[in-house]
Amino acid sequence: MIDSSAVPRLKPGVKFRFDRSRDAWVLLAPERLFMPDEIAVEVLKLVDGVRAVSSIVDELAVAFKAPRDVIETDVLAMLDDLRGKGALAA
Amino acid sequence: MNAPANLAAPIALIAELTHRCPLSCGYCSNPLELERASAELDTATWSRVFAEAADMGVLHLHLTGGEPMSRRDLPLLIRAASGAGLYTNLITSGVTLDDNALAKLVEAGVDHVQLSFQDSLAGSADRIGGYRGGHARKLAAAARIVASGLPLTANFVVHRGNLDRIADILALGEDLGASRIEIAHVQYHGWAMLNRAALMPTLAQLEAATAAVTAARARLAGRVVIDYVVPDYFAARPKACMGGWGQRIINVSPTGLAMPCHAAASLPDLVFPSVRERSLTEIWTGSNVFAMFRAPAFAPESCRGCERLEIDWGGCRCQAHALTGDAARADPACALSPDHGLVVAALAEARADEVVPRRMAVS
Repeated sequence: MIDSSAVPRLKPGVKFRFDRSRDAWVLLAPERLFMPDEIAVEVLKLVDGVRAVSSIVDELAVAFKAPRDVIETDVLAMLDDLRGKGALAA
Repeated sequence: MNAPANLAAPIALIAELTHRCPLSCGYCSNPLELERASAELDTATWSRVFAEAADMGVLHLHLTGGEPMSRRDLPLLIRAASGAGLYTNLITSGVTLDDNALAKLVEAGVDHVQLSFQDSLAGSADRIGGYRGGHARKLAAAARIVASGLPLTANFVVHRGNLDRIADILALGEDLGASRIEIAHVQYHGWAMLNRAALMPTLAQLEAATAAVTAARARLAGRVVIDYVVPDYFAARPKACMGGWGQRIINVSPTGLAMPCHAAASLPDLVFPSVRERSLTEIWTGSNVFAMFRAPAFAPESCRGCERLEIDWGGCRCQAHALTGDAARADPACALSPDHGLVVAALAEARADEVVPRRMAVS
């Protein structure tokens, strides 16, 4: 399980980009396509290999005026899921 | 036939750049009759097709063959694809992937390389691929790819002749530094169908392999993705043909014929549209062959009313044709299919035997 001090980054060969034809963000990985939901998109925009999970949570808590602990639970679960799928390292 | 109004764009383009290949694997799924080099699409046409694909919403490009590195213009093709915004995956045997070749591919913007292996044991691997020294070259290629920082998939095609080494095969994939391991059971299309009895694993081999993969997935979780599916003949339920015929993938043959999958060339009486004459979008939305088996308008007769119809759409059209002679029937891999006895009979015919190597007969 990823913890809040971890610094997540996309693995080599994984690309997070906006797809004009689908009007949606996509996460492209080797022979894998992920269609992140709205919350995951906001998290992935902050995954840069520099920010720790805790600072990502801080920013989202401010941006969405939501309780920090709720955001933290969601962010950790989402990042852990993507790590299990091979898209992310932390 | 018109395309349904809500038809989504394909997510992937499979570009079969050439049928030429230095290996002669007996499980080759390419057609019995191969296309000549002189009939292949040229650089400009492929580049146009890649641009059309990106424009219509294709995300992944899979460059395959044959051996795509047999194309001298491969770096130019990758540059065109990458420039168009496609995620570019090179599927190669790696036997000619030296430092110079890799540097050109990296410079051109390749995103990922899938390297095929025939076994974990060099002697057996070279025998299966019909290429002396091939395994050693592949190991060197894998090391180069990983050292360059590119993500690597190690693809192992498994069958009766190598499945007993599944644990060693998985360990090799891990040792190579692959971020993804694909354990691909042979599919009996094209040349492979000739060798079906000799390639078919035993049930005991299959069960051991599935258990080994399950254990490796747990051990390597978060580090290495392992792709593995139970093969059709043992699965009881069929697989959605390429995510559904004409739903997610468009395949272009070396000469430019657009098909819903590369095995579709085996279906008789179908006239496939050519990318030399029509754009990919026109083909995807307007071609009769893409529409003819496309769900939901099409469903095999015996599948109608089945609760799994929208999961597998009646399975693989090419397998239905290969086994029953009728591409519109339910895939006999399904235990509910009226033709499932054909699969049961094929399992009974499996035996230890010589595998006939691929020969390069051309049309």
